[in-house]
Amino acid sequence: MSLLSVRSLSIRFPVHRGWWRAPSRFVHAVDDVSFDLAAGETVGLVGESGCGKTTLGRAVVRLIAPTAGAIEFGGIDLASLKPGQLRPVRRRLQMIFQDPFGSLNPCLTVGQIIGEALDIHGLARTRTARRARVGALLDHVGLAPADARRYPREFSGGQRQRIGIARALAVEPELIVCDEPVSALDVSVQAQVVNLLHDLQREHGLAYLFIAHDLALIEHLSRRILVMYLGRVVEAGDTKAVCRAPAHPYTQALLSAVPRLDPSANQRRIVLTGEVPSPITPPSGCRFHPRCPMAEPRCRHAVPALGEISSGRWAACHLVGAGNRMAMLECLV
Amino acid sequence: MPGGALKTERQAGDSRVLEIEDLRIEFETGAQAVPVLDGVSLDIGSGETVCLVGESGSGKTVTALAIARLLPCPPARYAGGRILVNGRDVLRMSARELRTIRGRVVSYVFQDPAVALNPVLRAGAQVRETLALHRPEAAHNDEVISLLRWVGIPAPELRIRDYPHQLSGGMQQRLMLAMALASHPRLLVADEPTTALDVTIQAQILELLRALRRQLNMSVLLITHNLGLVGEIADRVVVLYAGQIIEEAPARELLSRPRHPYTRALMKSVPELGRDAPRLDAIPGSVPRLGDWPAGCRFHPRCPMARPDCSREAPALASVAPHQRVRCRFWDHAP
Ligand SMILES: Nc1ncnc2c1ncn2[C@@H]1O[C@H](COP(=O)(O)OP(=O)(O)O)[C@@H](O)[C@H]1O
Ligand SMILES: Nc1ncnc2c1ncn2[C@@H]1O[C@H](COP(=O)(O)OP(=O)(O)O)[C@@H](O)[C@H]1O
Ligand SMILES: [Mg+2]
Ligand SMILES: [Mg+2]
Repeated sequence: MSLLSVRSLSIRFPVHRGWWRAPSRFVHAVDDVSFDLAAGETVGLVGESGCGKTTLGRAVVRLIAPTAGAIEFGGIDLASLKPGQLRPVRRRLQMIFQDPFGSLNPCLTVGQIIGEALDIHGLARTRTARRARVGALLDHVGLAPADARRYPREFSGGQRQRIGIARALAVEPELIVCDEPVSALDVSVQAQVVNLLHDLQREHGLAYLFIAHDLALIEHLSRRILVMYLGRVVEAGDTKAVCRAPAHPYTQALLSAVPRLDPSANQRRIVLTGEVPSPITPPSGCRFHPRCPMAEPRCRHAVPALGEISSGRWAACHLVGAGNRMAMLECLV
Repeated sequence: MPGGALKTERQAGDSRVLEIEDLRIEFETGAQAVPVLDGVSLDIGSGETVCLVGESGSGKTVTALAIARLLPCPPARYAGGRILVNGRDVLRMSARELRTIRGRVVSYVFQDPAVALNPVLRAGAQVRETLALHRPEAAHNDEVISLLRWVGIPAPELRIRDYPHQLSGGMQQRLMLAMALASHPRLLVADEPTTALDVTIQAQILELLRALRRQLNMSVLLITHNLGLVGEIADRVVVLYAGQIIEEAPARELLSRPRHPYTRALMKSVPELGRDAPRLDAIPGSVPRLGDWPAGCRFHPRCPMARPDCSREAPALASVAPHQRVRCRFWDHAP
């Protein structure tokens, strides 16, 4: 059974053009997204900026309420919970953020930041227990227990991200939404934090929803991947399989744009024309059609459904469906 | 196609657009002066693209700004060395001479378009302003529109009426590129021009840079912390660590055979598509802070190959092959 189950999730934000007017237009940040995440598993989430990754992540940890659809966590429908009932579930769901500078309160010491998380959920009965727990957590993420007395500004970017991880770990969560946790770090430090997350997962059986725009990083970290475009999942499946042979034209383009270190990695380059259109007025039909090098007339009108093209592999593209049928016909002959 | 070693050799005889010799720059913080660049030497031939690579704080932006003497003094102080642009020392130029260099011979593109774009001026007016400064005879709408079209802005006749905030990050970057190219510069200094952009847009900008450089026979100094861009666009690479060049090599050579332990470690720490490893090879510790540079080799506290000597003796940047320099005495020892 899955730990997290997201069904037909949609999130819209009203666009206010002046406070006196009722909103007449909406940002369709997340549109009809469904996926499952098992305990101890990592699912990677990629896509260009603005495609709705953070919004989806925030909805999963209940920082924002969905417009439509359901999120089930550990068998509990989050939408059905009253505010008072939310807290025990919140404890099991944590989030770490991209910006290790903005996400920590600069006026609190590291000990207070982590201790606060413990207090909210009543996890340390005495001051001594609290101090011991904070020290142990800091040690766990590669900092010194004495660092509890210092302030966030005294730490480097990588160390601050470790503090954020310690704060998330403090409440012993089962799922952590990692929203681009290493994007702002130096390359040499990024690997340290990624390794830490990897080790913590094995030790505590944590599940991660790992958001990144770096496909190579996602391939490294997660067994399954979701590729989003303009609020929708366009491809999903086993990460290695998707990266080796992407089915959706968008995934193909995204992969081909990743600069490679290995000069012998002979890649076919697909340079997309144009940019991501506005999510306020998303294109009709397939949302990718204006930039798709393979678009056909029907792509402008008909919305492609996310269909299973092979076992565990899903894509939302009219052409992939057709190709798949062709392949199946050949098999029958 | 980056020409690799061949092109570098051919151009060694050509006139060099930029020659930086033993450049030293300090920042005055309170009473003391802290070195930021410590003896940086690099040159760029006509039509050549050089990548300056390094992690944050290594001194990349300071190097870039120094070329047209754009660093604020104080706190910055040019403590030594020469910067020759077209053979003339920028550090000895009068204010009037500097104006003939800035934006005309050397143009800039930055990571954050907000630095260069005027928020209250429409896109077209910004480009026209730059033209008026450097090519007054061409300061008309037709030229503005053709410049915008040239850098790949769709429907430029409409876009000239937009304010910068109405343009996407990628379009702002293109607008900045159009302004930088308006003067037909000999050298384009691009400081992390694609760092804030998605990979798909980055691929577009890189393709554009490749095409423009061919058309203009322009030299490019591309600054990045992303080693992946080296293979995309560079003829040569210079790697900076804590204010010093630690390795310099033709792009292909560096990617296939990095010599300095830092370059090697950096390349291994980057996740690569198709590589199968449960853990990444991280570099222990972090980039040293300004004023906190270790004695001896500045990388030694993090270096997997460090020996006792490394903390005492500062290694020199030594030639190890034609066009290849490495600042490590043990570069040819197995890692
Ligand atoms: N609170 C909000 N109000 C209005 N629009 C929002 C809000 N948060 C996000 N958006 C919009 O929703 C879309 C998705 O944003 P986001 O989830 O942050 O994307 P990503 O994390 O993939 O870059 C964007 O167009 C963004 O501008
Ligand atoms: N105006 C300034 N005053 C003081 N220090 C500065 C100033 N500008 C840059 N520095 C410092 O100089 C060092 C090199 O900076 P920079 O060249 O911007 O690095 P990067 O390689 O990230 O571009 C950094 O440690 C930075 O903090
Ligand atoms: Mg985001
Ligand atoms: Mg910089």
